[in-house]
Amino acid sequence: MYPAAFDYHAPKNVKEALGLLGKLKDDAKILAGGHSLIPMMKLRLAQPKHLIDLGKVPGLSGIKADGKALAIGAMTTHWEIESSSAVKSKLPVLAEVASVIGDPAVRNKGTIGGSLAHADPAADWPAAMIALGAEMVCEGPKGKRKVGVDQWFLGLMATALKERELLAQVRVPLLPAGSGAAYMKFPHPASRFAVVGVCAAVTLDKQGVCTKAGVGVTGAGTKAVRAKGVEAALVGKRLDPAAIEAAAQKAADGVDVQADLQGSVEYKSHLCRVFAKRAITEAVKRAGA
Amino acid sequence: MKLPVKMTINGQKVSHEVEPRLLLVHYIREVVGLTGTHVGCDTSQCGACTILIDGQAVKACTLFAVQADGATITTIEGLAKNGELHPIQQGFWEKHGLQCGFCTPGMILAAYQMLERYPKPTEDQIRHQLEGNLCRCTGYHNIVKAIQWAAEHMAGKK
Amino acid sequence: MATVVQERLFGKAIKRREDPRFITGRGQYVDDVKLPGMTYAAFVRSPHAHARIRRIDTSGALKHPGVVAVFTGKDMAGVNSLPCGWDLRKEKNIPGVVQDLAMVPHMPLTADVARHVGDPVAVVIAESQAAAVDAVDRVKVDWEPLPSVTVTDRAARSGAPQIHTGAPGNVAFKWEIGDRSATDAAFKGAATTVKKRILNQRLVANAMEPRACIARFDTATGELTLWVTSQNPHVHRLLMCAFVLGIPEHKVRVIAPDVGGGFGSKIFLYNEEVVCSWVARQLKRPVRWTATRREAYLTDAHGRDHVTDAELALGRDGKILGLRVKTTANLGAYLSTFAPAIPTFLYGTLLNGVYTIGAIHCEVTGVFTNTTAVDAYRGAGRPEACYVLERIVEAGARALGMDVAELRKKNFIPKFSGAFQTLVAVSYDSGDYAAAFDRLLQMLNYRKFRAEQEAARKQGRLLGIGFSTYIEACSIAPSKLVGALGAGAGLYESAKVRVHPTGGVTVYTGSHSHGQGHETTFAQLVADELQIPIEQVEIVHGDTGAIPFGMGTYGSRSASVGGTAILMSLNKIKEKGKRIAAHLLEASANDIEYVNGQFQVKGVPSKAVPFGAVSLTAYVPHKYPDNLEPGLEETSFYDPSNFCFPFGAHACVVEVDRDTGAVQIQRYLAVDDVGKVINPMIVDGMVHGGIAQGVGQALCEGAVYDEGSGQLVTGSMMDYALPKADMLPLYETDRTVTPTPVNPMGIKGAGETGTIAATPTVVNAVIDALAPLGVDHIEAMPLTSERVWKAIQAAKAKR
Repeated sequence: MYPAAFDYHAPKNVKEALGLLGKLKDDAKILAGGHSLIPMMKLRLAQPKHLIDLGKVPGLSGIKADGKALAIGAMTTHWEIESSSAVKSKLPVLAEVASVIGDPAVRNKGTIGGSLAHADPAADWPAAMIALGAEMVCEGPKGKRKVGVDQWFLGLMATALKERELLAQVRVPLLPAGSGAAYMKFPHPASRFAVVGVCAAVTLDKQGVCTKAGVGVTGAGTKAVRAKGVEAALVGKRLDPAAIEAAAQKAADGVDVQADLQGSVEYKSHLCRVFAKRAITEAVKRAGA
Repeated sequence: MKLPVKMTINGQKVSHEVEPRLLLVHYIREVVGLTGTHVGCDTSQCGACTILIDGQAVKACTLFAVQADGATITTIEGLAKNGELHPIQQGFWEKHGLQCGFCTPGMILAAYQMLERYPKPTEDQIRHQLEGNLCRCTGYHNIVKAIQWAAEHMAGKK
Repeated sequence: MATVVQERLFGKAIKRREDPRFITGRGQYVDDVKLPGMTYAAFVRSPHAHARIRRIDTSGALKHPGVVAVFTGKDMAGVNSLPCGWDLRKEKNIPGVVQDLAMVPHMPLTADVARHVGDPVAVVIAESQAAAVDAVDRVKVDWEPLPSVTVTDRAARSGAPQIHTGAPGNVAFKWEIGDRSATDAAFKGAATTVKKRILNQRLVANAMEPRACIARFDTATGELTLWVTSQNPHVHRLLMCAFVLGIPEHKVRVIAPDVGGGFGSKIFLYNEEVVCSWVARQLKRPVRWTATRREAYLTDAHGRDHVTDAELALGRDGKILGLRVKTTANLGAYLSTFAPAIPTFLYGTLLNGVYTIGAIHCEVTGVFTNTTAVDAYRGAGRPEACYVLERIVEAGARALGMDVAELRKKNFIPKFSGAFQTLVAVSYDSGDYAAAFDRLLQMLNYRKFRAEQEAARKQGRLLGIGFSTYIEACSIAPSKLVGALGAGAGLYESAKVRVHPTGGVTVYTGSHSHGQGHETTFAQLVADELQIPIEQVEIVHGDTGAIPFGMGTYGSRSASVGGTAILMSLNKIKEKGKRIAAHLLEASANDIEYVNGQFQVKGVPSKAVPFGAVSLTAYVPHKYPDNLEPGLEETSFYDPSNFCFPFGAHACVVEVDRDTGAVQIQRYLAVDDVGKVINPMIVDGMVHGGIAQGVGQALCEGAVYDEGSGQLVTGSMMDYALPKADMLPLYETDRTVTPTPVNPMGIKGAGETGTIAATPTVVNAVIDALAPLGVDHIEAMPLTSERVWKAIQAAKAKR
């Protein structure tokens, strides 16, 4: 497999990278872990004239916790998240999501920022980012700006990232006490992308009533979406099986479900409901623990 | 445009000028001449090209050689030391973990990382960690056995 | 002289001798070979399922830096069609068989019409692989797209686009076997009949090593050397020389070095090998081509793809009275090398299974479609037959309300050895079908399982068990018979055994190992027979320059046919050795026996000459019999008297996720009877791998074409789901041993049993799991979660 020829740039810092982006514009693609872009280039479905490799830019990877959020550098690999003790103690659902992405070799190279910027409709991270209410920190010629996850995914492989910007960091808020989160996925038998993946995060008060819920659905449509109907049906309720079941019924509402070899619209919509139920059930269990 | 790359492969320093589009696997096979690393697919599924870069199992077909500039790489040819097979290689031999041998180098290096991370893996863990490596001959049964054999023998050595 | 008694190796699970090179990365596959001055080929392929070529403009490609040459089909005038090696034309006139075949041309580079996506129309040769691939994009083909048909049971409908002028209505052949009127009568008298539409989907072999070839023309000697990923290098040479390129065989050497799996897909002569060989002669430079995985999906011969209507007639007592089968077999766009044999003589002849059946009739229509050619894939015809039979038998049991194990037991052919004449031409060699099944039921603890299942069902769990009791036909022979059936080649095997002066032995076998472990099993055989250490034995395979001749490895024939040829040569060696030893011992050759590695006077171990002394004498014939040639080297060709028929019984326990339809395999059990076994570790390994492929067909694999565009939707490993480690269990295997009387070692063959048995086993298990919901059949495989879920929904809706 030989991709079309391109020029390679390995900037030493963010400023240099932004400079290259500004100069090369449309002809350039950012190379992070490469596990989405390089396969497309090998098949010549993508033929960028320039690649700007962020691999040698310091400061773009690593996980830092402050009181409110985990700040994850965009170049942090899935494995780094999967194996991070900070993640496991503060927001273990992220390790759970990371552990079911692709395969171990893919997780060693693939990055959270690359995944979120590429916005593959069947990627796993988007569901979790939506459920947890993450913010994307973008850097551009005019400095940094934050984009909430609900403004991030615009459509099929389209995000709010601007032409001259790069995604530098992902900030994932920590869950308050009494919370639980879970990711449940129906994997594609070949690619292991999510045919449907649902991430649910719930916060319960002392009486067991849900005070906050975040539910993200990936895989089924052209982009990952927030299952607003499900969230609304959870909040204010004691989350017994009947309440969860009823809420999960709304999981496919607002998803532009796409039929393909893995399933009809009917089946995938059904899977959204099944996996919403499973993820919420598990999240509630974890919240109680 | 050709760019210089330098890396250490199986303890040997190598340096060449390469086109940026040259995939690391082709660099290793065609330029360096180590043909134990194989290419079985175009889409990062099969794992036949799995190598270790700075200790991590990576699919060499999904990386450009220029990205690996400065890296330390182990391929299947570099796993046996002083003519002595690594316990994982030995395990594949003892337990008949291979038939045609094409996926084997990638399987062995995937197992290498697996046993570093999970020295006493359960059968389920082994199977989950092999998600990125396809074998069409063995039905995986004896690959699982081979990795279990290796885990036991590596534990004995430590 | 003290003799060391060699441990007998036949039947021993010794470690493989080929493994050290593979586990250290020193195997040598075709793509690993690098030659000075090598050029690289890349093919321009049709993006359309069916399109006329108006014009090809190669000028842009020729200008691209690094490009050496570009050739199209027109440039290859004088090169013939790829041959189809199995002729079903009606002139063949086989008793009991009705047939006819449209032989259609298959040019190495099509010049007029492309008939499937991926059909090659031009080749670019360049100094580097990258330049060749770049230049492919610069070859401009002016296409006139034509309507296409890819669906098996639509190809022969009126109004379907015509694919070959020589095959009206896209019918490649019609073929019939069995007794139509007896079968009709059996159905009239039946207490119960069941009829099911049974689809056997198209598969892609997916050997992990993609096909590759390197052709080198030596201008000094005029010799062409072709390295190719082949299961049968001599067959490649024969077909290419005699039929396509018209160059003499003694000027062509074909080398199949280490080959990374075949599963049938590397038997056939392919366009790319022919084109590269032709180009190497034109350019007088070596040419290498290695398939990308995408090319592999588009051009490796596919397997299966049958649409079948099967009917079973049963008596009140559960006896099978009749079987009626109508199958449409999709052959793809062209006739691949052995394509017509697969859905006919390797399919219809296996429909008797392991059962006593009152009457059978089977008719098959082979059709052309705008898809990749279909040919043998592991099992080839036999899995399709087994699937039809084992599905319809279980459907019959359910219709009768009889336990599926019970119905099988009632109908097994009783134990026999020598011959059992089936209703579909072939005669079985030996069998004890009930014994294998009983062993399986014992391993499974069948009664206990049914009790557990009952309990699980009460909890709402969908637990199921499925069986298949299968038969398969290996080592297809004899040549006379297969020739009469339409084969263009013989089906014997050759072996040359060369004993070196100091007692080392080199065996040159026509069988080819691409995972089977011949370097070990054949050496076990030789070490045993000659009673010499295995280290003294070398097995050479895969090189027409070294091996006298060979038919290669497919159809589970290596041990039974190739191994017997080796045995014959070893016997000749021993006979000659006896004459040499007799001379040295001043005895009569009739009084010499070969015991413990020495030639001795019968019953007198002290009057003996060791093997090494005899071999040395053969090459230093100072004290030597008159009228005996020096040297110790023998060649044999073994042509078996019949097929061998391995059999066995498999079971699978599954649980179905009611919410998603996902199937999880909990246990998989196999009892196989492959006759005598040389190396049980290797046989077990082949059974495991076969099971995984059979499970793959049942649950996840399937080549899918988009009906409108004719594009292959599952053209990558991202889309075509191969079984992974985490969807399979550890297999529980055992064997019964019923030696075949066909060959002296009693070996039947073991390479395909798992694949044949596993598919119906798993599907039957899923149906059993769903039975309480009222599901008794699912037409199409693979049983994806959605298909299973939909079956559950449909059953719910009916209630």
